[in-house]
Amino acid sequence: MSELIPALRGHVLLSGASLAVALLLGIPLGAWIARSPRVREAALGLVGAARVVPSLAVLAIMIPLIGVGFAPALVALVLLAIPPIAINTDLGLRAVPHAILDAAAGIGMSERQIRSRVQWPLALPVVFTGVRTATVEVIASATLAAFIGGGGLGELIVNGLANNDVASLVRGAVGVGVLALAAEACLSLVERRWRGRWGTGAA
Amino acid sequence: MTDARKSGGSTVALRDIVVRYPGSDRNAVDHVDLDVPPGTLVVVLGPSGCGKSTLLRTINRLVPSESGTICVDAQDVRDFPATQLRRGIGYVIQAVGLFPHLTVAQNIAVVPQLLGWDRARIAERVEELLRLIQLDPQRYADRYPRELSGGEAQRVGVARALAARPRLLLMDEPFGAVDAIVRSALQDETVRLQRALGTTILFVTHDVDEALRIADRIVIMSAGRVVQYDTPLHVLGRPASPYVEELLDTKDAVRRLSLLRVRDAMRAKAVDGQSQRISVEATLREALSAMLDGADALEAIEDGRPIGRLAFDDVRRAIVEST
Repeated sequence: MSELIPALRGHVLLSGASLAVALLLGIPLGAWIARSPRVREAALGLVGAARVVPSLAVLAIMIPLIGVGFAPALVALVLLAIPPIAINTDLGLRAVPHAILDAAAGIGMSERQIRSRVQWPLALPVVFTGVRTATVEVIASATLAAFIGGGGLGELIVNGLANNDVASLVRGAVGVGVLALAAEACLSLVERRWRGRWGTGAA
Repeated sequence: MTDARKSGGSTVALRDIVVRYPGSDRNAVDHVDLDVPPGTLVVVLGPSGCGKSTLLRTINRLVPSESGTICVDAQDVRDFPATQLRRGIGYVIQAVGLFPHLTVAQNIAVVPQLLGWDRARIAERVEELLRLIQLDPQRYADRYPRELSGGEAQRVGVARALAARPRLLLMDEPFGAVDAIVRSALQDETVRLQRALGTTILFVTHDVDEALRIADRIVIMSAGRVVQYDTPLHVLGRPASPYVEELLDTKDAVRRLSLLRVRDAMRAKAVDGQSQRISVEATLREALSAMLDGADALEAIEDGRPIGRLAFDDVRRAIVEST
């Protein structure tokens, strides 16, 4: 039982750090994609192709590139989390009705004010959906990080399998499940309140 | 009327305006001249694609004009930064122009905020405007647009446009998305506000009845050009071309007028003894002819005694209501 807390902490840390980096990269990427149809086509093709590659394979590829441990696991998870965040940012920004942007310009908002006061706030619920998807994917996939020495709850599963320790295996598996469900539940709650209030966000 | 202060209306002068959209082989707006006197409600009427919205949008520079000049109160609109110009001109578009993530009060407050008004002044103005559009501030200020009916949302749109007391209001098919009953209430409301505030309004629509109902003057457009600019009376009675005749279905309107009597449309009103006389049994078609010949209003006569008055406003209501 004593390994559960550090493993859980490691898991949350790895997932949290991956998500943070993915947000920093994915949101600007999505905003960039939203601006040009040509960029969007290329980016979505790339993302589509990348999604076919299994998470474990991505993690395995990291070993020859950056070795084992926390860092390669982080890089792999960031790569995993960027697509849903970037795609939903793009979707959210483009889903804002033209009439609303037209009204914003027509009453005298500058381009910058339109973006910061109208377009981004309205895109936010959709962006948030992407973040939710990414969060659940990252928490689930962070389990696999144990295979390349990234720590986390996956370690309990890997050790449980190696030592035929069913109790450890179950603790790891249940831990991941509960963590993912809890994250999903919290984020959906926030999202529902948002959408209910404005009645927008069509993704 | 809570807002007793008249902000007055702008004069608008368009000279030789040309707009061509990239990739198009014809001008969306083709050498248009237009003079709008202060405090008038001018309706720009035409089928979709005739350039009426484009013309409207050149005035607040949402669409750049290729050539020509646009002056509002004798000042070229290009002399200001576009954002500053637009903050001084009210702008109302169809239905969904409200910001869904802001409350009614916040929506109305947008322009005053952009202009840097202080909180107290904004709060006071928001309340004043809600009363002006006959929505109870207590009940409506904190609602979100999705919690409003179509008609309420549209009135909030008008309030938002009026927030900074503009002298010019541009309305682009503002009532296109609401049902017929609500639409006619909104039209009457628009006329009432316009009379009360003295604001100049340019109102774009493809709805002939809407134009006849509210306009002081009607601009009729076709393929980017103005084909007639006149009062509803003259547009109806003296259409400038077969195109106008067909667009307004003036023959049908006049036919309908020949089925109605002065008695049905007149108002029992104090009589001045100055106006031209007409029998209560005469048709509205005859009344229209008399008005086209120059009579402002007619005195309705029964058994040799005047019993009511008939003005063009009564005739146009009869036309709109007989459809």
